[in-house]
Amino acid sequence: MSSLVFLVPLALILGGAALGGFLWSLRSGQYDDLDGAAERILLDDDEEDER
Amino acid sequence: MSCCAPGVEAAAEIGRDPSAEELRLASRDLGGGLFQTDLSVPAVHCAACIRTVERGLGKLPGVESARVNLSTKRVGVKWRGELAPQMIQALAGLGYPAHLYEAEQDKSDPELSRLIRAVGVAGFCAMNIMLLSVSVWSGADAETRQAFHWISAALALPALVYSGQVFFRSAWSALKVGRTNMDVPISIGITLAYSLSLYDTVHNGAHAYFDAATTLVFFLLIGRTLDHVMREKARAAVRGLVRLSPRGATVLRDDGSQDYLPVSEVEPGMRILLSAGDRIPVDGVVAEGSSELDCAIATGVSAPLHVGPGSELRAGTLNLTGPLTLAATAKAQDSFLAEMVRLMEAAEGGRARYRRLADRASRLYSPVVHATAFLTFLGWMAATGDWHQAISIAIAVLIITCPCALGLAVPIVQVIAARRLFENGIMVKDGSGIERLAEIDAALFDKTGTLTLGRARLVDARAEDGAMLRIAAALAAKSRHPLSRAIVSGLDSDTAILLSDIVEHPGLGIEAHAGADIYRLGRAEWALAGGGEGQGTVLGRNGELAASFVFEDALRPDAGDAIAALQAEGLDVAILSGDQPATVAATARQLRVQHHEGALLPGEKLNYLGKLAERGKRTLMVGDGLNDAPALAAAHVSMAPATAADIGRNAADFVFLHESLAAVPTALAVAREAGQLVRQNFALAIIYNAIALPIAIAGYVTPLIAALAMSLSSVLVVANALRLRAGKLPKPADKARPYQASKIQSIVPAE
Repeated sequence: MSSLVFLVPLALILGGAALGGFLWSLRSGQYDDLDGAAERILLDDDEEDER
Repeated sequence: MSCCAPGVEAAAEIGRDPSAEELRLASRDLGGGLFQTDLSVPAVHCAACIRTVERGLGKLPGVESARVNLSTKRVGVKWRGELAPQMIQALAGLGYPAHLYEAEQDKSDPELSRLIRAVGVAGFCAMNIMLLSVSVWSGADAETRQAFHWISAALALPALVYSGQVFFRSAWSALKVGRTNMDVPISIGITLAYSLSLYDTVHNGAHAYFDAATTLVFFLLIGRTLDHVMREKARAAVRGLVRLSPRGATVLRDDGSQDYLPVSEVEPGMRILLSAGDRIPVDGVVAEGSSELDCAIATGVSAPLHVGPGSELRAGTLNLTGPLTLAATAKAQDSFLAEMVRLMEAAEGGRARYRRLADRASRLYSPVVHATAFLTFLGWMAATGDWHQAISIAIAVLIITCPCALGLAVPIVQVIAARRLFENGIMVKDGSGIERLAEIDAALFDKTGTLTLGRARLVDARAEDGAMLRIAAALAAKSRHPLSRAIVSGLDSDTAILLSDIVEHPGLGIEAHAGADIYRLGRAEWALAGGGEGQGTVLGRNGELAASFVFEDALRPDAGDAIAALQAEGLDVAILSGDQPATVAATARQLRVQHHEGALLPGEKLNYLGKLAERGKRTLMVGDGLNDAPALAAAHVSMAPATAADIGRNAADFVFLHESLAAVPTALAVAREAGQLVRQNFALAIIYNAIALPIAIAGYVTPLIAALAMSLSSVLVVANALRLRAGKLPKPADKARPYQASKIQSIVPAE
């Protein structure tokens, strides 16, 4: 029982952090273009300098 | 140059690129001199496309940044300056045709983010409560159980109050107008389950249903969110289509100055300048100039109409060959278009009366379940006299007969059906459209633009000398006339020929000099010296016949098969057209359709539908024109091709993006199978209830059994929905192709 006193809140805090992270990523528009994000990984950033 | 160009259907064949003024009018003012213009770029689909488009636009003067959204196939361009940069031309040069779309409706969707947040909160709460519940189920001692129940109660509160609102609101709005829907039993179930569990927790009870209540909310919200996402995706795809009605018009002031005004500010009496390729913005009379009009989308007449000073013009028709000055006779809201909108509003009674399957099911379901729960309560009260036990068992009945499976039965099938249709290029705007499509017993088709492509196709070109055909093609390339365009797309042109003094004579044809020769391409009566009655379209060299051409309005691909498939399904197929009866009859013969009517006005199409409805027929209307819009709104269910007029597209339940008419039987097959799966799901839910209900009434339901039974029934319903076979595309090997192509593209520099 004594271990539960800190384990349960710990679990809730971790879960809450995950939920917070999800809501933040949602608000910052990370789910707006899922297909684009998957393709953009193929673009090389350093090519920009060649212009 | 693009890797993605093959296979991309030319979206905007007719019509001119919007002018810089129109772009300016369509952009958003971000403040500080910065503007944002959103363009639809249907051809982007890989990393190389993104890079080409973003870089190409970034190099334009005035452009601050450009960002492609691949999911919606759009690009947002931020720019500064007085005039909009030449974005559309730049994109066309890169091989990505772009166009403006209806930006006004394209606000970000607050409902979706609300739903996703609700799912997130409900998921967090449900998972944590389940975690605690597992230890309670496996026999935690009384003290731990009590503590866990309190934590669960605290966790369940946000799930109920925040996430549950979605159901409460919908249930309340239904109850307010004296109806029930699926959300009423859901709301009652979760509220009672929470209240009873809280009461038991306060009084040290052994059973609490917090887990059941929150997982119920979580599962149902997932179904609802998926449903919303799918519909939003389809709507966004429809909104991204080419906007056909002009946003503004160039007005000629009395002092000779020109202003580009939004269409809504054009007043009767104003003089409007129209160049070839413009759409007529408001009803008016031609003041100067002569030209030919393409009325296909407005009235369904496929042959171009010659107009001169004094001719009346209807908003929505397309000016093809010459510049016109137009005197406006009506405001935009009183124009032909507005008349159609009024007819549509008057017609839209029938569909509003349709009640969703889920709502009809809940009308049967709620009274039965609520009466059973109440009788259970009375029975246990009579038997034991212990009101707490009686209430507990009655609520257990409500929870176990939980509408989870029923609540998912319809939406999950519709999500999968909508997704399948989406893969086939068919956009469903409303889940109830799928239900209504499954019920039809008659199908009505418009002709011009629906059964046909609405544009002429060259079927035969004859000439003694092959070089003449190339000259004809070179000459035709200078004109916007639909027949010229057909010649251009049907023949190779010879760019080496020097044509000079090119003049287009509206209503007659196009004339040019090449060295000492005079070429005329157009009506035989005009192009040939000898008159040449009834020879159709010819190329004349110095009055001598050099080449002759035969055209037909091309049928949509698979039109014949699609009609035959619908007839084989036992549907009454008929053609309703605004075009001349003879032309309609010819098309009908070709497609083996018995019933056909020509020269119909929009109101007459409505009457025809009304007569069918009186005989108890449920009709599918497939049409594209402005004149079809009222019929599209009035029909039991309606479909429009992507090339349809804006209001027609908005009125239709389904919009198909590909050219092939096979979309119609495909949609019907998917809808019918979806209807079957929904009925199976209802049957599954009823069987499940038949087994679970006696157990619950007998008072043997514990929270563990409730949680298991609910999850099991939901999984069963979802698994059954996944069996949808109709419209399944063959696992294509070419699905991998664009991906590989994009990889090669990104290795080889695009520039």
